[in-house]
Amino acid sequence: VSDRSADPTDTDAAWAAALFAVDPSGLGGVSLRAAFGPVRDGWLAGLRDLLPSEAAVRKLPLNVSEGRLLGGLDLTATLSAGRPVADRGFLAEADGGVILVAMAERLPVMIAAHLAAALDAKMIATERDGLSARLPARIGIVALDEGIAEDERPPAALLDRLAFHVELGAKATLDRSGARIDRLAIEGARTLLPKVRISEEILRTLCAAGLALGVDSIRGTQLAVQAARVAAALDGRHNVNEDDAALAAGLVLGPRATRIPAEAEEDAGDAEPQESPPPSDPAEPDDGKLDETEQPLLDRLPEDMVLAASAAAIPAGLLAQLKTRGTAAKQSRAAGRAGAFAQGSGRGRPAGIRSGMPGKGARLNLIETLRAAAPWQGVRRAAASSGERLSRATERCIDVRRDDWRVTRLKQRSESATIFVVDASGSSALHRLAEAKGAVELLLADCYVRRDRVALIAFRGKKAELLLPPTRSLVRAKRSLAGLPGGGGTPLAAAIDTAKDLADALRRKGQTPVIVLLTDGRANVTREGKGSRAEADAEALSSARQLRGLGLTTILVDTSPRASAAAERLAQECAAQYLALPQADAVSLSRSVQSATATARGAGSAQRRSVS
Amino acid sequence: MTGVEQSMLPAHWASSPLVANNASEADSVMATPFPFSAIVGQEDMKLALMIAAIDRSIGGVLVFGDRGTGKSTAIRALAALLPRMNAVAGCRYNCDPASGSAVCSDCKTARDKGPLKTRQIEVPVVDLPLGATEDRVVGTLDLERALSHGEKAFEPGLLARAHRGFLYIDEVNLLEDHLVDVLLDVAASGENVVEREGLSIRHPARFVLVGSGNPEEGELRPQLLDRFGLSVEVRTPGDLATRVDVVRRRDDFERDTAGFIAKWQKQEAKLRRRIVAGRARLASVNVADAALERAARLCIALGTDGLRGELTLIRAARAFAALEGDESVGDAHLRRIAAPALHHRLRRNPLDDAGSTVRVERAIAELFGP
Repeated sequence: VSDRSADPTDTDAAWAAALFAVDPSGLGGVSLRAAFGPVRDGWLAGLRDLLPSEAAVRKLPLNVSEGRLLGGLDLTATLSAGRPVADRGFLAEADGGVILVAMAERLPVMIAAHLAAALDAKMIATERDGLSARLPARIGIVALDEGIAEDERPPAALLDRLAFHVELGAKATLDRSGARIDRLAIEGARTLLPKVRISEEILRTLCAAGLALGVDSIRGTQLAVQAARVAAALDGRHNVNEDDAALAAGLVLGPRATRIPAEAEEDAGDAEPQESPPPSDPAEPDDGKLDETEQPLLDRLPEDMVLAASAAAIPAGLLAQLKTRGTAAKQSRAAGRAGAFAQGSGRGRPAGIRSGMPGKGARLNLIETLRAAAPWQGVRRAAASSGERLSRATERCIDVRRDDWRVTRLKQRSESATIFVVDASGSSALHRLAEAKGAVELLLADCYVRRDRVALIAFRGKKAELLLPPTRSLVRAKRSLAGLPGGGGTPLAAAIDTAKDLADALRRKGQTPVIVLLTDGRANVTREGKGSRAEADAEALSSARQLRGLGLTTILVDTSPRASAAAERLAQECAAQYLALPQADAVSLSRSVQSATATARGAGSAQRRSVS
Repeated sequence: MTGVEQSMLPAHWASSPLVANNASEADSVMATPFPFSAIVGQEDMKLALMIAAIDRSIGGVLVFGDRGTGKSTAIRALAALLPRMNAVAGCRYNCDPASGSAVCSDCKTARDKGPLKTRQIEVPVVDLPLGATEDRVVGTLDLERALSHGEKAFEPGLLARAHRGFLYIDEVNLLEDHLVDVLLDVAASGENVVEREGLSIRHPARFVLVGSGNPEEGELRPQLLDRFGLSVEVRTPGDLATRVDVVRRRDDFERDTAGFIAKWQKQEAKLRRRIVAGRARLASVNVADAALERAARLCIALGTDGLRGELTLIRAARAFAALEGDESVGDAHLRRIAAPALHHRLRRNPLDDAGSTVRVERAIAELFGP
């Protein structure tokens, strides 16, 4: 177990496959972040070689319907048999096997919730179409994550329950020689696993490592314990030793890390690490000192071996981000993309079925209507035949009545998303920042009744940053806002570019973005991060012109104490509504934005009507 | 394999639909619940559930919080903890023989003819799984009889099954809007009405709504939020000792379920006795005018909308006093229960950085002293 190679990812991936094959439902699964290609196929083929031959490996399509996933009434069979015939559903059919979730980064949050429920209960509860069933569903999941951007991740509720988060590089070669494991060894380990014990000491070590790495969810630690037991079973032992624990920590805890252990030591006394606010340090973080401080601190910790193993498995990029971005990185990881998934892709994807009349934008769902009508056929036929004699032709018809009609509910495409772009630089007075924060929260409280979304981009120093991906959650908004520091330069061009990209992406999903730019319009940092007022101004204006090209509703709120020419000019260039609000407080600000948003939404839906 | 096939049949084919969720029926598929008393920490959550078990009129519990904090575990564990209750024998809605008005039409007819036979049943804790369709929630045509015999018969749904028990919705914030509407309506009236093509059924459906969820997946509709009597926030424990305990017990439970249950049996019985004693004492717990005034002042200070908050606060404090074995409601009870009873009813004030729980605590400190 100890001969893990220098390049951790490759062997990690092989080890994850081996451990997962021993206990798929106990370990939940693997999140495999890799592009489609031979490397991923190789890993999957390797996994298939290790799984028992009778275990089915089935692919879950991204667009699977809730009905197919959970089972229900089998319409065709029911109608032809004249008695209820159940469709077992995908999850129950996969019992004892492994489910491959294609494009897991785009998995709708609802489907993820069903997978999570099945993983937790190891069975599936179905209450659908007049059928009630409890079926075993001992499944393991391989989430095929093809995401590229940092925030393109499978839903957090699912990730939390998958033991291994593996990232495969494009050129990775899978070296399974380190593991030297075949199907026979897996079978042996499966038999041995129930007898494997874990000592209090090692349990404690794993828990401590989880805490030190900031793995908040206790499920992560539980999965690490299970992984350690599996590792011991694979090695043919009845007791978990330190090597097993180190392997498990590296595979399970490392990728979940939200802070590096060095930081953990500083606030070890903190009872609730997830609540500790990010240090609002106005100075630019210094990347250079990272490498010097990390190693020695690791060596000092008591559980150094396990911790070192997990720390080595922390993705290199994450480590740097944690240092530079504080807890911002942690929040975006923890929250996943739940907000974005909750609304599904707005592009005509059905959001649910309900009974009702077609029309007014609701489409008749033929299958569901027939399914609703099916149970009644006998009753209706009996009622009809007692009244009058039926011809042969009508006897074979399916009698559908108004009560049976089912319509597909589509997500409203006119959902609006307000993107706040907040100038947090030194030139914008700090109390303005507080007002902007207040306005965002007020709007959000409103939005969540109206089912709209809010996103927040802040810019200061050298770059603009998406602090809050589009969300309806007050909780997340408050957290992001609380951690927003002020001071530094004004990289206005970068901010406008970021907002433009986000707005464009949202529009592709069928939403109506509205950009609210809060700034004094005085740019002094260029896109490259150079401090030059003239160049920065020119760049900002050119970015503004590009923004105008998108034809979005934009509002520019001048935050300077007195109306500034620079801000007004910028508003002109991006065809924004200019609001000089020298005395504005959060309430009046949010009111102005609301009226503008309403106009945008009206215009947006009119536009769509003309297109369709 | 036959067992599996069978369980796919409509519930009443395999066993009575009314008890399908009960542990006594030993549904082989249902996992054994983790013992309630073995849950480490999370005192607020456990207390709220026990109070709801003592006084059902409090109106449900909402558990909101971090992932992996044992929210579902605690609620599912509650079923095993609750003492059995009396029900009319042969009644498909488990009507209460002692109840005057809230019985189904069958029981009303039967009662006119003579005394009702009773039987002991377990308190139902019914899961409303995500993806449940409306027909299964409110009840629908009995499929088998309709298809095979052309008969119109009513097959009770989850709301009927949960009557006099608990209805649990995991990931309550992901529940479809039209199902939320149904739940709100039935929870308010205590009665489920089905009108469809000649089927006209009304039956009592009084249940304690228990919901859990993660606020990061979306917020709850204010109307639904208000319907929960108590709301507790759960957090991942941050100290090593607690975490070790959680992991250790879970590991023990999974490795030797029967042994683990046996080990905690005594604790479970003790807790059950406390609940039984609390219920017996509930009616005699004295709520003095001074306590009512305290509660009213607190609600005014916090600006909670409507009287529901005040009522829930008093009821919860009384149930808590009963659980503790105290004779009257005092400041200590109000203090302990104020945050769960009130914090989800505060008008949102996004400009106040403090969380709603902190605001309740602040108001308590001002009114009752530190």
